[in-house]
Amino acid sequence: MNLRKYLKVYKKFLHTSLASELEYKTNILVDLITAILSLIGSIFLLSIFFQNNGYIGGWKFEQALIIQGIYTILNGITNTWFNPNLTEIVKHIREGTLDFVLLKPIDSQFFISLKKLNPSGFLEILLGFFLLFFCIRINQINVNLSFLTLSLITISCSICILYSLWFFISTTTIWFVKTWNAIEVLRSFLYIGRFPLNSFSFSLRIFFSVFIPIAFITTIPSEVFLGLSQLWKILLEVIVATVFLISSRKFWLFALKFYSSASS
Amino acid sequence: MKSNLINHKIITLLKVQYSNMLEYRVEIALWAISGIIPFFMLNIWTNNNLNESIDISDVMLSRYFLCAFFVRQFSVVWVVFSFEEDSLMGKVSPYLIQPLNPFFRYFAQHLAEQITRFPFAIIIAFFFFIFNPESIWIPNLGILFLSIVSTFLSFLIQFLIQSIVACLCFWTERASSIERLLFIPTLFLSGLLAPVVSFPAYVKTWIYLTPFPYLIDFPANLLSGNATNISGGLSMQILWIFLLFPLFKKIWSEGTKKYTAMGS
Repeated sequence: MNLRKYLKVYKKFLHTSLASELEYKTNILVDLITAILSLIGSIFLLSIFFQNNGYIGGWKFEQALIIQGIYTILNGITNTWFNPNLTEIVKHIREGTLDFVLLKPIDSQFFISLKKLNPSGFLEILLGFFLLFFCIRINQINVNLSFLTLSLITISCSICILYSLWFFISTTTIWFVKTWNAIEVLRSFLYIGRFPLNSFSFSLRIFFSVFIPIAFITTIPSEVFLGLSQLWKILLEVIVATVFLISSRKFWLFALKFYSSASS
Repeated sequence: MKSNLINHKIITLLKVQYSNMLEYRVEIALWAISGIIPFFMLNIWTNNNLNESIDISDVMLSRYFLCAFFVRQFSVVWVVFSFEEDSLMGKVSPYLIQPLNPFFRYFAQHLAEQITRFPFAIIIAFFFFIFNPESIWIPNLGILFLSIVSTFLSFLIQFLIQSIVACLCFWTERASSIERLLFIPTLFLSGLLAPVVSFPAYVKTWIYLTPFPYLIDFPANLLSGNATNISGGLSMQILWIFLLFPLFKKIWSEGTKKYTAMGS
């Protein structure tokens, strides 16, 4: 019953945000070109790395493309859901409109995480999938049921981790009010998710798997694609994702205790 | 008398914006941190010995990326985002009445931000040298002066391009998506992620005709002591400024004629 209510509310969210975003049609076109150029740019950069080397961090060019594909999908998801919503938190808190969200008979985290939607991110997700299909062809990956389930599990875990990271930073807005630039820092760190983790030096690898688990986000799903991943890594990713989700939820509820509305 | 007045204006604007920027020290520190992508790239380059193929030693490459970081720090431009916000909020109307082109205000804002950012960039460079002590070098005064000039020219080129885009706000409400589109070639072709020398030949044939390599690659090469054509680079920068400035003036005068305040 409760779930049905949330689904119904989400449908309304979709409807309103699509209607408002489609007002800016040329904007969507420009965003599409941006997404395509950005993918071309990253493949270009990758090709520079590979022009005189067969391997980078033990990955061939065709294999590294898988990482690009997964990164593009995740980036599309970020641009569709996380970015428009979680930057809105900053506005809610600065202007005190979070009051209205809290008063609604609906979960506040659900409301602020899913209220808005940016349809141009869909195109990026599609581009990512095209690239992945292409990679499956050129790497001659055997598509079977266990492969599909495992990649689905790992990619959803990546989405959860990514969401939690964004949500963590946005939550800190309650204390710091302006967190725009903290989000920029996160974005620049996420940038390294475009490359295989093994291509970095040991200390950076540790940093990006222990402190900010960006390593998990793209590398593990790509390893699953190549059939290289050990079971413990997948399990670890599931555990990390659960821990992140639960703690981001707890952190939000904790932070709300300190929320005192604007100008009070 | 007149020049005195102009001096007075400039100093007042800078003072106001500097004290404004000092209020946001944490923000600017975070922003400085978000510019560390060149260091991640350096890590990939040296960790995989990719630089052997382009004939640049580890030390020179690390200096190059450090300089790229510095040049980027002092040529970041966000005028389009400020202008878009101001124009949507209707703040442009009072600015237009003042006997001062509003872009001077933004220009002062950027300069003040760079002054505020300077100590943070120095701190980051300090940490960089702790981890890479062999790459410490002292550029001679002439080179230092020339690279400051070329960094400033690079900032001017980007400021002009973005101001032209910002003027599109007079026609469309969301000019920032066009800026995001232009940012993609800037990111991949300017030399922030890979030095232009390493680009494949089919790109190198035309890239020096575009403004991109003069934004980061040229000043960074100059400062780091890598091989570059000093007079050629500087003259190309100046040429681009001379090309862009009339375009900006044209679009500004067209735009202000077209401008109608929000709600009219």
